[in-house]
Amino acid sequence: MLRFIIRRLIITIPTILVVITITWGLIRLAPGNFYTGDKALPEAIEQNIREKYGLERPWHEQYLRTMGQILRLDFGTSLRYEGKSVNEIIARSLPVSATVGILAYLLALIVGITVGSIAALKQNSKWDYASMTLAMLGISIPNFVLGPILVLFFSLTLYWLPPSRWDGFPSKSVILPVITLSAIYMAYIARLTRAGMLEVLRSDYIRTARSKGLSETQVVIRHALRGGLLPVVSYTGPALAFLLTGTVVVESLFVLPGLGKYFIQASLNRDEPLILGIVAFISMTLLTMNLLVDIAYGYLDPRIRQ
Amino acid sequence: MNDERPPPPDEPERPKPAFAPLGTPPAPPIRPRAGDIIHTGPELAVGEADVRSAERAEVVTGTSLWRDAWRRLLKNKLAVFGMIMVATITLASITGPFLIKQFTGLTPHYIPTDIAALKSLPPFTATDGSFSWLHPMGTDNQGRDLLVRVLQGGQISLMVGIIATLMSLIIGVSYGAVSGYLGGRLDSLMMRLVDVLYSLPYIIIVIVLLSMFRSQTARGQLILLFVALGSVSWLTMARIVRGQILSLKNQEFVLAARATGVSTPRIIFRHLVPNTIGPVIVYATLTIPTIMLTEAFLSFLGFGVQPPIASWGSLTTDGIQNIAIFPWQLICPGVTMGLTLFSLNFLGDGLRDALDPQMRKV
Repeated sequence: MLRFIIRRLIITIPTILVVITITWGLIRLAPGNFYTGDKALPEAIEQNIREKYGLERPWHEQYLRTMGQILRLDFGTSLRYEGKSVNEIIARSLPVSATVGILAYLLALIVGITVGSIAALKQNSKWDYASMTLAMLGISIPNFVLGPILVLFFSLTLYWLPPSRWDGFPSKSVILPVITLSAIYMAYIARLTRAGMLEVLRSDYIRTARSKGLSETQVVIRHALRGGLLPVVSYTGPALAFLLTGTVVVESLFVLPGLGKYFIQASLNRDEPLILGIVAFISMTLLTMNLLVDIAYGYLDPRIRQ
Repeated sequence: MNDERPPPPDEPERPKPAFAPLGTPPAPPIRPRAGDIIHTGPELAVGEADVRSAERAEVVTGTSLWRDAWRRLLKNKLAVFGMIMVATITLASITGPFLIKQFTGLTPHYIPTDIAALKSLPPFTATDGSFSWLHPMGTDNQGRDLLVRVLQGGQISLMVGIIATLMSLIIGVSYGAVSGYLGGRLDSLMMRLVDVLYSLPYIIIVIVLLSMFRSQTARGQLILLFVALGSVSWLTMARIVRGQILSLKNQEFVLAARATGVSTPRIIFRHLVPNTIGPVIVYATLTIPTIMLTEAFLSFLGFGVQPPIASWGSLTTDGIQNIAIFPWQLICPGVTMGLTLFSLNFLGDGLRDALDPQMRKV
């Protein structure tokens, strides 16, 4: 197991470096610079800016300096949000994104596993077809179409929930973003659960459990779910990546002050330290999560460790 | 599953007669490898006729594999529904704008000259509020017909989906096939690279790419979009193809090709790749909706297609601005897009079940 973890770690660290390098390269290779705007700057001012940000130095020196900073987790100061450090911006926006993301994932797990198991247990019934069609619908409808439709219905017609606002976690303002974000994962998880359960339900050990005289509930909950949920566990990694893109949309839609919203702003503003900081932070989180998922999977299914 | 797939009929590669006519280049040397069974002269002599009849027989089973798959596909009601919907929407997107222009004179960029018509009309409504067939999806803020715009947007969305998928297909299939066939250290190196790329938050990189290299022209941005989407979506394809190649490369027909001196690239692309077509088609069908969804997502964030070009994503995004007053501007393009993706997903699932009965989710 330890060797397995070390092997995964050996892949993880270069990956983070690759992400940051690609991002840095893209920002630097693109024509123009962050200070180039509609108006041409006077030469002296441009010279000052270039000196201040060390743009005159050879590129490898700049690259190594940036990398060094990022590896020390000091992401520098934002170019647009004057005087704000990137770490500060991340610290302030992360709780918003994390709240929405975690709640959405929990909701997706609960609903997805329940619906998927029911569909598998009543295979080829009306329930099965209805829930699988619904799941396909969930996969096909983009969240930025679903979100506004929910807003139209719950906010602008029924006046139940605020259309866009952030009041912190235990408040009505959380409901719509979370539902919008979780719809697609619910659908995926339901499909994965159904497929996994169908495979497990016809395996020998389930027959053994049944023939021992266990109640159906016990067979399903204690025996079938454990094996049937393996695909769902392995989906957690990709789901987190998806969740990331989802939050970008949901934060734009519902005007939530989260990481995704800042990331889009930073990309539009060409705010290099902020872009790099958020990219580095997101990749680190993502890869750590992937690592944890891998370890969990290796623990659940010893075959994978080889 | 692969066992039932016959090697492709490949005329020019048939064993060459030992007595090459004068003037033809010498037959490439046969390179036996350790463990290969080397056939000797007499068997080769019998070979010619046998190969022909065997080939003919294989062609027959070959068609029946596809016919089989087709029959299975037709039995799947949801897949048939998907197929019909995809065909209808594609056809409507291609011919619709032209037909509408012929009959009503409306184009995606036509802004009415009449001041009274310069407003958003609900579906099936004329300027004076009465029922009319002129705008079945209503009009947008500037009085442009939404139906034509949605159909035109469909052309762009489908084009992005198909071209980017083709790109990912070409990259993924070549990469996977080369990696799988050559094997060894190169294979593990190539697959390690895929592993690394796989765990990148690629959408973030695409956003940085599109925002940094933002093109001044709409056409330039569209091309950038193809490249960006195509170059990040080939990874799964490469893995699938590699897996297929690994299970195929030790079969007799590859050995036969190698024994007759077929060059490595030719073995990979003429003998092995055609045999992976089933899973490739299935995965490509499922890639199209994913890419269309990503395009829509990027357009929503303002990094996708730029005006005057519109896609379903950008039309939906325009609709979101006016959701409280003119909800049809969101619902019409949004539902059209949703329906298309829904149908493509069902079609892809159906194809998987039909072409790959073992992968079938019981």
